[in-house]
Amino acid sequence: MTAPRPWTRDEMAALVAADLFDGAVVNLGIGLPTRVANHVPVNREVILHSENGVLGMGPAPAPGQEDFDLVNAGKQAVTLRPGGAFFHQADSFAMMRGGHVDVCVLGAFEVAVNGDLANWHSGTADAVPAVGGAMDLATGARRTWVMMEHRTKQGEPKLRHRCTLPLTGVGCVRRVYTDLAVMDLVDGRLQVRAMCPGLSLQALSAASDPALDFVAP
Amino acid sequence: MVDKIIARAADAVADVSDGATVMIGGFGTAGLPDELIDALLDQGARELTLVNNNAGNGDTGVAALLAAGRVRKIVCSFPRQVDSWHFDRLYRAGRIELELVPQGNLAERIRAAGAGIGGFFTPTGFGTDLARGKEVRELDGRMQVFETAIHADYAFVKAERGDRWGNLTYRMTARNFGPVMAMAARVTVATVHEVVPLGGLDPEAVVTPGIFVHRVVPVARRSTQGPATPPPKASP
Repeated sequence: MTAPRPWTRDEMAALVAADLFDGAVVNLGIGLPTRVANHVPVNREVILHSENGVLGMGPAPAPGQEDFDLVNAGKQAVTLRPGGAFFHQADSFAMMRGGHVDVCVLGAFEVAVNGDLANWHSGTADAVPAVGGAMDLATGARRTWVMMEHRTKQGEPKLRHRCTLPLTGVGCVRRVYTDLAVMDLVDGRLQVRAMCPGLSLQALSAASDPALDFVAP
Repeated sequence: MVDKIIARAADAVADVSDGATVMIGGFGTAGLPDELIDALLDQGARELTLVNNNAGNGDTGVAALLAAGRVRKIVCSFPRQVDSWHFDRLYRAGRIELELVPQGNLAERIRAAGAGIGGFFTPTGFGTDLARGKEVRELDGRMQVFETAIHADYAFVKAERGDRWGNLTYRMTARNFGPVMAMAARVTVATVHEVVPLGGLDPEAVVTPGIFVHRVVPVARRSTQGPATPPPKASP
């Protein structure tokens, strides 16, 4: 039996992108989720929302063409697609909070099987806190998906029975994409949708928080 | 005759008193009214409370106000940035008070003030440290947190075009907090890159009606600079 081959970050992004339906309005969080934009299949129209006040966001401009009055939530220069629109902050978060955004894809420090999300505070006492739109995004979209490595660099599981870090949102995450598997959070268990090449359910379980209960695809 | 045009930024901020609450538009560098912040720095008011999404970048603008010891408290959503060294130092030394607010709650609390609403319930932040001690209620089947309006003495916003009645349009994502902050302050000062005659703005496209604006300061157009230190490169 061959050793499991974890998905690369681009493969993870492609998996997320493949699950975005035609016509979906999607917010991609800062970091790993930003990569999803590069993998949306051609002929599938996905409208990107950025909480600093833009719908219909396009890719980064060519070098030298940056206009820093047109930025994404990561403050990187972006472009506007035909049909795009600008609006103020209260409207932008009304779109999110009001359930008008179909999918929000976020990075995370930890996700618990009950859907709790921790992605805003490292938990260290002297850290300067910063929350930005994280809490609004976590609780607002119709579906909140998380994209993260299965374990930390120190080998700790990021998908847990309960979060240990300060929470961003309670019971908000519906699906998690890691480098090992794609899983839906259903009734306190993990319904596996896909696993990376060569990985068994037993191996997935062994690489995870022992308290977790996985259900075969 | 109504004429809200003021030629000099210094004159537009001259009456800001010590202890004032000042809202400053902008998300990162987009929509930051640099000329008004610089004028406030020169003007000398102290013990200020600032309301801004961030807590200053680099050594200029909001960061310069902080560095000069002029700010008692800041209300914001995202103070920690790669170039927020002045805020970081003051915060760690306990020399500045921080009220950390989720970005959407910040926008809605400002909007509420402008709309004459005392407070509202929102699901954002429920069950987190930022909702600790706040009233909660189950509404529409969801647990929601009570948040109150944020009022200000002044709002400084950056617009694109304006007329002598104070009608404003903005430029792309530089709009961000401008329209809601303009509503929430006793005195709103807007910079514009172009003053047009009355009727020169398409009435269907006015973003902030002049009723919310008290002073309009024409400033030279400068291209908005990116972050002082470039953020991590996005994938190609």
